Amino acid sequence: MAEMRMREALRDAMAEEMRRDEAVFVMGEDVGVFQGAFKVTEGLLDEFGERRVRDTPISENTIVGAGVGAAMGGLRPIVELMTVNFSLLALDQIVNHAAAIPYMFNGQAQVPMVIRMPGGGGHQLGPTHSHSFEALYLQVPGLLVACPSTPADAKALLKAAIRDDNPVIFIEHESLYGAKGEVPDGEGEPLHFGEAAVRREGSDVTIIGLLKMAQVAEEAAQKLAEEHGVQAEVIDPRTLRPLDLDTILASVRKTNRAVIVEEGWPHGGVGANLSTLITEQAFDDLDAPVQRVTGADVHMPYSKRLEQAAIPHSEHVVSAALATLEGSL
Amino acid sequence: MADLPDASTCYELLARMALIRRFEEEAGRQYQRAKAGGFLHLAIGEEATIVGTTSVMREEDFLIGTYRTHGHAIARGTEPKRVMAELFGRVDGTSGGRGGSMHIFDAEKRFMGGYGIVGGNLPIAAGLALASQYKGEDAVTVCMFGDGASNTGNFGETMNLAALWTLPVLFLVENNLYGMGTSIERHSAQTDLSKKAEGYGIPGRRIDGMDVIAVREGVAEGLRLAREEERPTLLEAFTYRYRGHSAADPEVYREREEVDEWRQKDPIETFAKRCVEAGVLGEREVKQAREAADEAVEAAVEFADDSPEPALDTMYENLYAVTDPGGWYAVDERSPEPHRGEQEEQMPAAARELAEAGAAYAGREEGPRPNPAIQGDAQEGSAHRVGDHGEPVNAEEGERDEADAAKPDDEAEADEVAEAEDAT
Repeated sequence: MAEMRMREALRDAMAEEMRRDEAVFVMGEDVGVFQGAFKVTEGLLDEFGERRVRDTPISENTIVGAGVGAAMGGLRPIVELMTVNFSLLALDQIVNHAAAIPYMFNGQAQVPMVIRMPGGGGHQLGPTHSHSFEALYLQVPGLLVACPSTPADAKALLKAAIRDDNPVIFIEHESLYGAKGEVPDGEGEPLHFGEAAVRREGSDVTIIGLLKMAQVAEEAAQKLAEEHGVQAEVIDPRTLRPLDLDTILASVRKTNRAVIVEEGWPHGGVGANLSTLITEQAFDDLDAPVQRVTGADVHMPYSKRLEQAAIPHSEHVVSAALATLEGSL
Repeated sequence: MADLPDASTCYELLARMALIRRFEEEAGRQYQRAKAGGFLHLAIGEEATIVGTTSVMREEDFLIGTYRTHGHAIARGTEPKRVMAELFGRVDGTSGGRGGSMHIFDAEKRFMGGYGIVGGNLPIAAGLALASQYKGEDAVTVCMFGDGASNTGNFGETMNLAALWTLPVLFLVENNLYGMGTSIERHSAQTDLSKKAEGYGIPGRRIDGMDVIAVREGVAEGLRLAREEERPTLLEAFTYRYRGHSAADPEVYREREEVDEWRQKDPIETFAKRCVEAGVLGEREVKQAREAADEAVEAAVEFADDSPEPALDTMYENLYAVTDPGGWYAVDERSPEPHRGEQEEQMPAAARELAEAGAAYAGREEGPRPNPAIQGDAQEGSAHRVGDHGEPVNAEEGERDEADAAKPDDEAEADEVAEAEDAT
């Protein structure tokens, strides 16, 4: 095991897959000479050259569309969109084309492509640069959606995504790029999509958090244990489509309570979806309504004070968890 | 005027154009009979642009088009019966009934698709060309689109990328003078579309899209530039569709006289006449080409009629590719097990009833179609469309009345309500 930052783990995943398969290449805005807006593609241009590490114009829909065409033509593009916010400019190619083509042409074409995009708030970037769109992509059939929270998962999931024959939306969190973690030495095994990680075992309440909120969930569990004597089980789904609902339901059946933490908006969010699934399939096991902790229902404000208030923190999660336990403590 | 090619090429050009014409006429008729659903965009009048282009392409070249591409697939070599079966929504259709008229595809013939979103095919064309360039292959991608698409952001973005990366691609705008019902003077500040990519470094040229020989010549040069010099170019082919934008077009935006005028330049009539006058083809061969088209299209309808509707349990097929050694793919979150579709016991009762009603309906010739909007949760039902933008005029089989069916196609079309959809 070696300690590395998430951005390094992601870069290693790409580099290893590019060495393994000539068809894999990277393109996006400032991925080459600039080394990536968040330095995730650092060093790739030096090693692989301009043919395989391609700086593109600022043309999101066309970058993704060119990725779709290249994938249909037998390549395995990794398209980096500078942020999830900009992916809105490429929604037509993502939804109407990348996701639909294999189905609407009845399997005559595949779109083996990864679209990487970082999102999330916390850096005072304001309304147009702080989105969380996991729920948006989660909704689209034909896409796979990954949302890793640790360097090890990021590397293993990205390798799996690159090898996968389906279009993958690979969501990264800007605040996690510098986060350090242990990553297995060597090439390591790709992680299968649809396998959640139980980060902490507990018997009183299940907390499900993704991306940055996976960390927040763990912090909350720590506080619950230390300050309230509550043993929370923490689950990181790691991929949203497919979703490892089995692991989540098994935990809920044990704890009888669930809290879902996400950074995105509350309406139609990841938590809204997941709480429905839990309610539909484990209603009899629930001792309290499922609680959701989400980002505020606003466009991310710039003011540090307001922004921090709009993003979930561990105390919100603690209070939601305690709410599910009300009367039984 | 360019010379005619040899007799067998002339015959092939004529026969292919006649086949597409006949196919489109019949498709219109079958739509009137509600055998084909959704939207139907016919390319009658545009045959020379289509066939002239494909006739000089190599087998390994890619062709990618729009939602008006029954003819493009046929010109590329797709069997008409498979296109007709797709219009009928049957399993033997080019997309097994998943795509319909707007989404014809034939990987084997390197016809890389009809696309329903105006301009959506442009970036994909750049990507296909990139794949050929990246792999060091000789193939050129020919990207055809309408005059309306030249106004989309994709047009500018793709022209820039293609020029920047010197991609082996030929852009061909099929300028039929209307973006749906908006004439070119009213939709494009620059009406000389051949100039529209110059600022991006892509030279353009205008060609007569009603003259199959002129199209061949222009496209052959464009292919050469792309293949040998890695220079993308833009061809503007002037052409015209005699029919409305789609079958539901009342054509209030143009005069009958204008249509008649263009009919005088009919690509098939004028080419046949020229071949006969030049002594390259005889009247007998012209007749033979037409008869062959009649026969092929008649057989196509019969084939499509006989082809079964897709089974409901194939609903989720090809939604995901199962990658080895990848993970498993649940098609939705209701079960983490690999499966094709909702498992019976996990389906909410209302959805199951709808699906069953749909299955029962599929087995009947006529009868009321269950209406998800009335009967329950449409999203969870499986087989049912809730009415998209502008309900297609033949959403219910047998709805079209006798009076309309008896009219000449053009008039019947004109009687239909205008649909609200994207432009050419």
